[in-house]
Amino acid sequence: MFLRPRTAGSLRAFLRAYSTAPSPHALVFLEHRQGVIDSASLSALTAAEQLGGQITGLVVGGPEHVPGVVEKAKKLKGRRSPLLLEKLLSDSSPFTHVVSAHTASAKSLLPRVAARLDLPAISDITSLEHDSAANSTTFTRPIYAGNAIATVRAPSSIRIKFFTVRSTAFSAAPSTETAAEDKAVEPVEVDEPPTEHVQTLLTKSDRPDLGVASRVVSGGRALKNAETFESTLYPLADLLGAAVGASRAAVDAGYADNSLQVGQTGKVVAPELYMAFGISGAIQHLAGMKDSKLIVAVNKDPDAPIFQVADVGLVADLFEVVPELVKKLKE
Amino acid sequence: MRPSAVRLLNILVPVKRAVDYAVKIRVNPQQTGVDLNVKHSMNPFDEIAVEEAVRLRERLKDAVKSIKVVTIGPPKAAETLRTALAMGADSALHVEIPESAPAPEPLGVAQALRAIIQREKEGEGVDLVIMGKQAIDDDAGQTGQMLAGLLGWGQATFASKVDVDTSAKTATVMREIDGGSEEIRCRLPLVVTTDLRLNEPRYASLPNIMKAKKKPIEKFTAEDLGVDFTPRLETLKVTEPPTRVGGGKVESVDELVAKLKEAGFTAV
Repeated sequence: MFLRPRTAGSLRAFLRAYSTAPSPHALVFLEHRQGVIDSASLSALTAAEQLGGQITGLVVGGPEHVPGVVEKAKKLKGRRSPLLLEKLLSDSSPFTHVVSAHTASAKSLLPRVAARLDLPAISDITSLEHDSAANSTTFTRPIYAGNAIATVRAPSSIRIKFFTVRSTAFSAAPSTETAAEDKAVEPVEVDEPPTEHVQTLLTKSDRPDLGVASRVVSGGRALKNAETFESTLYPLADLLGAAVGASRAAVDAGYADNSLQVGQTGKVVAPELYMAFGISGAIQHLAGMKDSKLIVAVNKDPDAPIFQVADVGLVADLFEVVPELVKKLKE
Repeated sequence: MRPSAVRLLNILVPVKRAVDYAVKIRVNPQQTGVDLNVKHSMNPFDEIAVEEAVRLRERLKDAVKSIKVVTIGPPKAAETLRTALAMGADSALHVEIPESAPAPEPLGVAQALRAIIQREKEGEGVDLVIMGKQAIDDDAGQTGQMLAGLLGWGQATFASKVDVDTSAKTATVMREIDGGSEEIRCRLPLVVTTDLRLNEPRYASLPNIMKAKKKPIEKFTAEDLGVDFTPRLETLKVTEPPTRVGGGKVESVDELVAKLKEAGFTAV
């Protein structure tokens, strides 16, 4: 999984540096797919800016993608390379923080690199504050599926503070006209990588990406089957320009793809509007959506826990409500 | 690497005793943590890891030589080991920490697991570590990656399917990634972390629970392993999240539409 043989020899990375205040100096791992920087990484940049120091973006990938991404990164305020990161973070490195979004690939990568350097890591932070004088950084992060918030401090004894950022807790860094310099980093050659990539299967969808959508229409077990899930929820989602999400029950029952799962073990979303249809509201599901601005719940069971967090609840059969909703929203 | 040509699989499954997933947790008044006088059980992702190890044996038969489970925790964590033994593990290792000690951080746990694996090398060795992708208490999701990093082994995180080829000494793993899934082929030894999708853990039958009582549990201390569990990060406080107040119910779809429009949500 980590250095794919076909790209291992051609890994190129570029560094971008702002020349502003001295320490701290954050290295932000910028993820990209097909030449576009992930919006979650833009949120990680915002978090890094709150440290109040220099920021360097690291873009890693094949030579066909990297230059384009770097061009974009400079205007902003495939990619697996633990060895490269390790080298960049050697004893003489200027970096005080390593930052990434809390995405599948960064979650896999960062703790590994941190451990190689005998450093702890902090996952999924929702806020941070850096004390330059004490060289310590204080973070908040949800624990117990978001039912408690821990405030942890990484003291100065931790040479480099590794953390991943919950993207819904930070806005995306905007583009600016300030250009930053970039420089290429020598790729690291790996003999006999222990892992090779075989294939990637992405779920194709014309709808907005669940993680960043401003509106989400979500369905649970009450949707009965995959056909009714689609035929009921998709027209409403399309009408609202919303992404489609699902509870674990709906995913397990095969009504929706795994990648649509919202919750502690799936995606954490915080859209402007979250509509939950036929979702009871288990702790694990609430962990993934309770920071949404407006929560609408439709459920037949008046005692469903989802109603305790919903701003607007309607006790009714979703199979009657959704078509009526579609009709009336069109008017 | 042992010299024998026929390599049998020795699997190590780290498990954690955690507050049961269905418990509504409460932050303690001192704001130092959560009230732990509640039902505990095996971390759900670890149950999946144990189940996967047992299923590998069912598929590969004698090619799986041993399944060992290990936990790092207070004396009560032995119950979690018994559960894993009842599910089909052969033996267990318990790194005991005092009841009052703070929970070890992922890095400390990974270092202890590395020490265990190095110790196992004198005997059968370990070819495959299967563990949960995250514990549902601290939600860090780091230990597996850290262990793989410390050992310099390959890693396959968020696994939804694992196939082991004992003759080629490789594993083909399907991983859950953002936006879909990814298939990778890894050389053994390897660390796999489990996604919920990997399998449906079995319930231990009463006879197996009885049999598990006779299976060996070996005990260690942090000192035995030469590891230090002192947290490197300082937990300043633990607080309740802001409570969300439900806005009440509406009676009809018309009212619902009115509320949506009022908040500015219309068809695009």
